[in-house]
Amino acid sequence: GINTKSACDGMNAYMAYKVTTKTSLNLFNRNEFTVKRRFSDFLGLHSKLASKYLHIGYIVPPAPEKSIVGMTKVKVGKEDLSSAEFVEKRRSALERYLMRTVNHPALLKDPDVIQFLESTELPRAVSTQALSGAGILRMVNKAAEAVNKMTIKMNESDAWFEEKQQQFENLDVQLRKLHASVESLVCHRKELSVNTASFAKSAAMLGNSEDHTALSRALSQLAEVEEKIDQLHQEQAYADFYLFSELLGDYVRLITAGVFDHRMKTWSKWQDAQVMLQRKREAEAKLQYANKPDKLQQAKEEIKEWEAKVQQGERDFEQISKNIRREVGRFEKQRVKDFKVVIIKYLESLVHTQQQLIKYWEAFLPEAKAIA
Amino acid sequence: MFSSALLLLPPRSSFLQQRKIKGKVAAKIKTERRESPRSLTHRPTRSSAAMTSISQDADREKMRSVSVDLNNDSSLLIDIPDALCERDKVKFTVHTKTTLNSFQKPEFSVPRQHEDFIWLHDTLVETEEYAGLIIPPAPPKPDFEGPREKMHKLGEGESTMTKEEYAKMKQELEAEYLAVFKKTVQVHEIFLQRLSSHPVFSKDRNFQIFLEYDQDLSVRRKNAKEFFGGFFKNMVKSADEVLISGIKDVDEFFEQEKTFLLDYFSKIKDATAKAEKMTRSHKNVADDYIHISATVSNIGAEDNTALKTHLEKFSELLEKLRKVEGRVASDQELKLTELLRYYMRDIQAAKDLLYRRARALADYENSNKALDKARLKSKDIPQAEENQRQCLQKFDKLSESGKQELTSFKGRRVVAFRKNLIEMAELEIKHAKNSTALLQGCIEMLKVN
Repeated sequence: GINTKSACDGMNAYMAYKVTTKTSLNLFNRNEFTVKRRFSDFLGLHSKLASKYLHIGYIVPPAPEKSIVGMTKVKVGKEDLSSAEFVEKRRSALERYLMRTVNHPALLKDPDVIQFLESTELPRAVSTQALSGAGILRMVNKAAEAVNKMTIKMNESDAWFEEKQQQFENLDVQLRKLHASVESLVCHRKELSVNTASFAKSAAMLGNSEDHTALSRALSQLAEVEEKIDQLHQEQAYADFYLFSELLGDYVRLITAGVFDHRMKTWSKWQDAQVMLQRKREAEAKLQYANKPDKLQQAKEEIKEWEAKVQQGERDFEQISKNIRREVGRFEKQRVKDFKVVIIKYLESLVHTQQQLIKYWEAFLPEAKAIA
Repeated sequence: MFSSALLLLPPRSSFLQQRKIKGKVAAKIKTERRESPRSLTHRPTRSSAAMTSISQDADREKMRSVSVDLNNDSSLLIDIPDALCERDKVKFTVHTKTTLNSFQKPEFSVPRQHEDFIWLHDTLVETEEYAGLIIPPAPPKPDFEGPREKMHKLGEGESTMTKEEYAKMKQELEAEYLAVFKKTVQVHEIFLQRLSSHPVFSKDRNFQIFLEYDQDLSVRRKNAKEFFGGFFKNMVKSADEVLISGIKDVDEFFEQEKTFLLDYFSKIKDATAKAEKMTRSHKNVADDYIHISATVSNIGAEDNTALKTHLEKFSELLEKLRKVEGRVASDQELKLTELLRYYMRDIQAAKDLLYRRARALADYENSNKALDKARLKSKDIPQAEENQRQCLQKFDKLSESGKQELTSFKGRRVVAFRKNLIEMAELEIKHAKNSTALLQGCIEMLKVN
């Protein structure tokens, strides 16, 4: 099994991220090492991997978004991220991104990945504009459009792909909806935390104003309990977000990576090649009776060229189909694993909150009873 | 659709229980409603503060230990056993059981509207005799605006959710609507019970009319308005200014009370508002669980992997949890927000008493000045003397009963706070334990998978 771990820490004003890797693999020179990377370096890594592997059907994990706002269309409440929150959000996203990348058996061996993790100095990534997840998405969408414009017919053995694509599209819709609901939950829980804190202060003031001693004390205690509870809500909102919401966001982006469109593109390239070959053959046949030996020779060469292209097209198509099947299988396995783990972790976070609530209220109860 | 629905509480006999109390004029009433059992326990002191408590296993024995039984008389028992809600207009059935001769029958019911309660309250406020008493605060108008607005928003967003989700949200909203309805019934009931358990108010002529008169009260109401013209009420607007700007009271007790009540009022008003906000946020969180549960369920339905069971169980759990969260929110509202809200109004009523006393003092001082003037002019001295004597008498009477009222008010307040804070803490613990059990059960199941 693979024993690679990556950890990120936010650092100085330039926001360099410390990437620490612990590994037992022979791929690397040492067992434990740390390098500094900037956000643009991550984007650079991703763009290299995308350009190498996307078109042959690998599900390349998308890089984290540049902007703060998530993938959801609905903006719920105030995206009120303090800079500390923003850095933590990004750090966590970068860590998840790297983990997904190195968990991919082929990507892990890629020299760019190894270099990213190991070398002290990295050549600065050039324009990162088109390199972010959104950028890739735009590229993929353009390809999809082009493909849709042609009339495409796939044969029956592609039922698996059609089914999978449909499944992925459905899953995408549902995950986006779920993501939006969870973001709403995070927002409301934060609001609850704020309102609880506000009430706590008010209760404390009321306690101070109360002239019955025992009741005054109880009200102050109530204020303290509510203050602790507000903290609890904050922590739960944190868990809601990092455990649940971010995972969903990651998966939405993963699914939109668009492997199926690349397969369509490969297929149509192959078909185009076949069409071209046919034309060249027809042209050659015509030239047979035209008595233009030079042109005939050229035509024969072109036929050979396009025959090769057709063969290559077929090979490419079979390869990408094979890759996608494998990738989808791996993706599904990973998805099941990820979600199972997260669901349990999330439930455990909820248990913790409830247990703390019991503790606080049980401590308060005798105070309330003591009012005489 | 919903606005024309008739919401009926189950008939009295099936869920109400009343405890007979021997002794003087007092009413101690316990009502238990079946579906979301609430019981109303009256403060056994003369003027009572009734707050509601919800517990599935309403342990009456437990509650008896919390409320101290001072009253011994069942001469006048009032409750609102059912009510009708038609297009947001509520019709209360006021039911009276009495052994007093002043009433025509020993038991009877009348239909009343909210406006009738306000009429009764206002006549009490305008009655000079009662100037030295804390007039129980008028029940607020039934306000269905909250759930109605939410219902409207739900209708708009219907297309974005599945049928099941929509049904659940609607169910939740109907529960909210019902909660508002129950709250308004209770607060109207409490108002009447405060009156019936008060030695002076219970004998009030208009109170009797309110309870007994089997015709529509609206005619009487109109006359009353014209007669009184809201005289006193308009004056109360500047009450705070009078109290604050007034000179330091000679009487230590009243001086302290004034300082205390003014400060306490603003603090409790703030606390009420903040508690309300907090409760609303809680409801929002519970609602989010509905959406999340529904979507997870949909994903699970289409899933063919080992994840299917996880998703289904997770969705079921969330649905159960949101019900608990909903209960936490509504219990908090009743035990905390409603408690604060009620006492805010009660403190306002206490402030009004102080204000009336301040006016009586001003009247007395004016009568003194008038007497001096009369003596100077040697004119109308006996009238001036009589006037001064009456003003002093009125002021003394006010002060005496005022002191009594304010003292018992404090006792009442402390007891009610104690009861409700205890009940709230107990409910929070109960719900948290319930949630924990549900969560841990689910985790166990999922880990085995």
